[in-house]
Amino acid sequence: MTVATGTTAGNRAAGGAVGTAHTRLEGRAKVTGTARYAGEVPFAELAHGQLVVSTVARGRITAVETDAVLAMPGVLDVLHHGNAPRLKGDYTNLLGKADPLLQVFQQDRVPHVGWPVALVLAETPEQAREAADALVVRYATEPHDVAFAETHPAGYGAGAQTGGTAETKKALDASEVVVDARYTTPEEHHHPMEPHAAMARWDGGRLEVVDTNQGSAFVADELARLFSLDAESVRVRSEHVGGAFGAKATRPQVVLAAMAATVLHRPVRVVLTRRQLFSLVGYRSPTVQRVRLGADADGRLRALDHQAYSATSSFREFIERSADFGRVMYGPDAYRSENHVVPLDVPTPSFMRAPGEAPGSFALECAIDELAEKCGIDPITLRARNEPEVGVVSGLPFSSRNLLACFEEGARRFGWAERDPRPGVRREGRWLLGTGTAAARFPSGVAPSTAAVTAEADGTFTVRITAADVGTGARTALALVAADALEVAPERIHIRIADSDFGPAMVAGGSMGTRSWAWAVIEAARALREKLALGGTVPPQGLTARADTGASIGALSQKERHSFGAQFAEVAVDVATGEVRVRRMLGMFAAGEIVNPLTARSQFLGGMIWGLSMALHEEAVRDGATGGHVGADLAGYHIAAHADIPQLDAGWVDDVDEDDPVGIKGIGEIGIVGAAAAVANAVWHATGVRHRDLPIRPDRVLTAGSTEQAGAAGA
Amino acid sequence: MREFAYERAADVAGAVALLGSGPEARALGGGTNLVDLMKAGVERPRLLVDVRGLPLDRIEEDGDGGLRIGATVTNSELAAHPEVRRRYPALAQAVLAGASGQLRNMATVGGNLLQRTRCGYFTDTTKACNRRSPGSGCPAVAGEHRNGAILGASEHCVAVHPSDMGVALAAFDAVVEYETADGPGTLALDALYPPVGEAPHRETALPDGALITGLTLPAAPVAAHSRYRKVRERASYAFAIGSLAAALDVRDGVVHDVRLAFGAVASRPWRARRAEEALRGEAAGAEAFAAAADAELAAARALPDNGYKLTLMRNLVVAVLGELTEEAGR
Repeated sequence: MTVATGTTAGNRAAGGAVGTAHTRLEGRAKVTGTARYAGEVPFAELAHGQLVVSTVARGRITAVETDAVLAMPGVLDVLHHGNAPRLKGDYTNLLGKADPLLQVFQQDRVPHVGWPVALVLAETPEQAREAADALVVRYATEPHDVAFAETHPAGYGAGAQTGGTAETKKALDASEVVVDARYTTPEEHHHPMEPHAAMARWDGGRLEVVDTNQGSAFVADELARLFSLDAESVRVRSEHVGGAFGAKATRPQVVLAAMAATVLHRPVRVVLTRRQLFSLVGYRSPTVQRVRLGADADGRLRALDHQAYSATSSFREFIERSADFGRVMYGPDAYRSENHVVPLDVPTPSFMRAPGEAPGSFALECAIDELAEKCGIDPITLRARNEPEVGVVSGLPFSSRNLLACFEEGARRFGWAERDPRPGVRREGRWLLGTGTAAARFPSGVAPSTAAVTAEADGTFTVRITAADVGTGARTALALVAADALEVAPERIHIRIADSDFGPAMVAGGSMGTRSWAWAVIEAARALREKLALGGTVPPQGLTARADTGASIGALSQKERHSFGAQFAEVAVDVATGEVRVRRMLGMFAAGEIVNPLTARSQFLGGMIWGLSMALHEEAVRDGATGGHVGADLAGYHIAAHADIPQLDAGWVDDVDEDDPVGIKGIGEIGIVGAAAAVANAVWHATGVRHRDLPIRPDRVLTAGSTEQAGAAGA
Repeated sequence: MREFAYERAADVAGAVALLGSGPEARALGGGTNLVDLMKAGVERPRLLVDVRGLPLDRIEEDGDGGLRIGATVTNSELAAHPEVRRRYPALAQAVLAGASGQLRNMATVGGNLLQRTRCGYFTDTTKACNRRSPGSGCPAVAGEHRNGAILGASEHCVAVHPSDMGVALAAFDAVVEYETADGPGTLALDALYPPVGEAPHRETALPDGALITGLTLPAAPVAAHSRYRKVRERASYAFAIGSLAAALDVRDGVVHDVRLAFGAVASRPWRARRAEEALRGEAAGAEAFAAAADAELAAARALPDNGYKLTLMRNLVVAVLGELTEEAGR
């Protein structure tokens, strides 16, 4: 595999570790199987819990028939709403009010298929599972409603709309060219390879938990609130995480394990099944989006109106903020956007990788492509014509905005200049060929974190921070950052992460993890160097400095801070069979300083593959009659296979924010943004037919055909 | 998963005896489908009879110009066999179009024929399914059936057979051989899978406790000029939404011999005999190919969301027979 092809000029001097390729510190442990995940760490006297979930979409539990199950081999206990310990549910944290899903077994109501109703505890996982399968739960069912539609009477506007309705309508009416299109995306799921697992035990008066999550301090804090414990009485660790993608905040497995350990007075592990992940760890709501663009004949935008609709559960509001994507993309005279949400008898959606941006960019970036077609202008030229000086909603200037540099370099590498803009005219055997492009953007946020750096007596340094490495390479990136901050070789850095005892820190979320943690590590390293500069020898127990970045983050200038990118795709479409195959993709990104080119490239590519998957494959199917999924496993829910991604490349351009003391932006999500639109736009270029509903399945392509066919039929 | 016993059969007679010991015994080949179904609770056998060690792992001449393929030959071995590739290329292509390299190394010919449908209702024990739980109903008819059957289905079941290999075998008149406690028997591949009718849970015509020991592929010169095309929702590692095994012998522009079988359209690999009859003696060309496809699909019954399969199968027949005609003309 080739290593990164981009260059970055960061805020630090050249010659450091940051910006050079490093393999993952834990890579060898992972590929040799010695890295233990939460479901694998051995404990003496471990009991196993198997969760039972509801099979009805709405109603009440009338009976949990435990007697027969308690008589089965190895069964220790069955927890359910009739006997479970009480939990606290009146707190608020980073993700809002307490999630009713985490209030396991606190009442008899069932709000969706797949709701936790009982936990069977047994000596072995096999015994627990067999008993869980045998447990009879009776329900008084009520009619359910799982049918999502933008016209659903229960739908409502979620939060204030941005921009003026009258002003936008006036600008649309005055436009020479108008695009008015409806786009849809289906229910999508973010399944890590490693399913959710947790072990909990009481040890010396402390609740000790081994979990798989995106933030051990966050989970420890939530467990303390749920079980009415002192914050110091809970310790959560999550050393290795096999993927997270927004699915691994506090999730039921860790609450169940803690509850069961409390009841049984012995260590308990709970591992969710693949099928349970479909209802218990969040997902992306289906969306319907209406985009209206008005422009002058030369493509200059006069109006941009983006209305987005998504679903949530009956008991918790989560809004897929698709309509927000355009807020800082272009500079129309009039702008309006609003998110609407429909409560249904379904699980609560959640922050699935690039929430809002992924579906929002699909709709808006396809609409921009349609506008370019209508205006007869190259889609990159059209975007360049609409570059804003400031955020159209906030009025704030950009800290750095290198979208056009991404398009310029991407177009050069992709060979965009040779592109014939006409659709449906390139044929190679049974395949019609086409290329497409789209813009990407993701906000660059930062949140307060704490870190400690210790100078050890042997000349090495130990960094402690409650960061989470969810497979991205964050651990390695932070070691490189620490090495440069201390001006030592990375080999002299020991890095320890994912232990709530290290203190509060941002979760691995919102593409804010590495940026937030690096900030804290750099500040702690600076403080340590000041201590060391005072002279004297390092004592045997080491010399430690700590940092809390709350104050310095608060002092950051108010600007629009974002990563940007340009996505390119080439596809082949056989309209006789409906098959769409991506031939190559290129993503160019402006995402601040790239800490580790090796793992960064991998993250960008992973995001692009996610976007490709979203464009062509991913779709969870809900059965109206039962209200549950059909094919809720990885055989039924398709993601791109290796053969679907033949040639991918990612690169980056310089992107410097002069005000920013750290210079790192997040890269976990931007790779997805715009990728599905680039593929969909390429499918149009190949066939002459716009596909506005994802995924672009064979049956849809087959039914829609091509302009070439239509022309032949009309001739 | 409930506890089960595991026995390794020493010979065919021993395996048959074990399989006949009760209705809850299952033969274990590669386990690539059975074990998954056991984890999902769809299959709950009391006894697994491992037949992988039986001396049924050979591909041999049948003495009549055909091949005899043992039941425990792996999919990988079948696809790689030089005589299979030379005489029945569509069969090798069909096998390679299925699953993944790892699965093909494990999966056996006998097991492939007996694999169960991947219908999402069948594999989910919380849902009704006449095939898994007779009389419980078929929610797919009014529910999710985008990959449902268009031929030979009934209101009781619209599931499709998942095998790629079986489609090529159906085109080439394979005969299945089995052994029972009462002696051996044979079934044409067509007859192995009974019509769905009112009893979709009766998936095969094999006698209770029978063990498939192998199959014969009769000599068929037309098969040497054959192709398998599979359409699926991703480039690899997915079941077909429509597939075609086709063999064509064109002489002086006229169809001398033709074999056609459709996949993912019915509860069994679907031999398209009506299409074959319509084509024999006709001038090879897109028009005749389309008319032949239409002759076969005249009996098709689409549900609201799987009507695209009619277009797909028609297009596949025209495209693949067109390619075979063109190649023969070179």
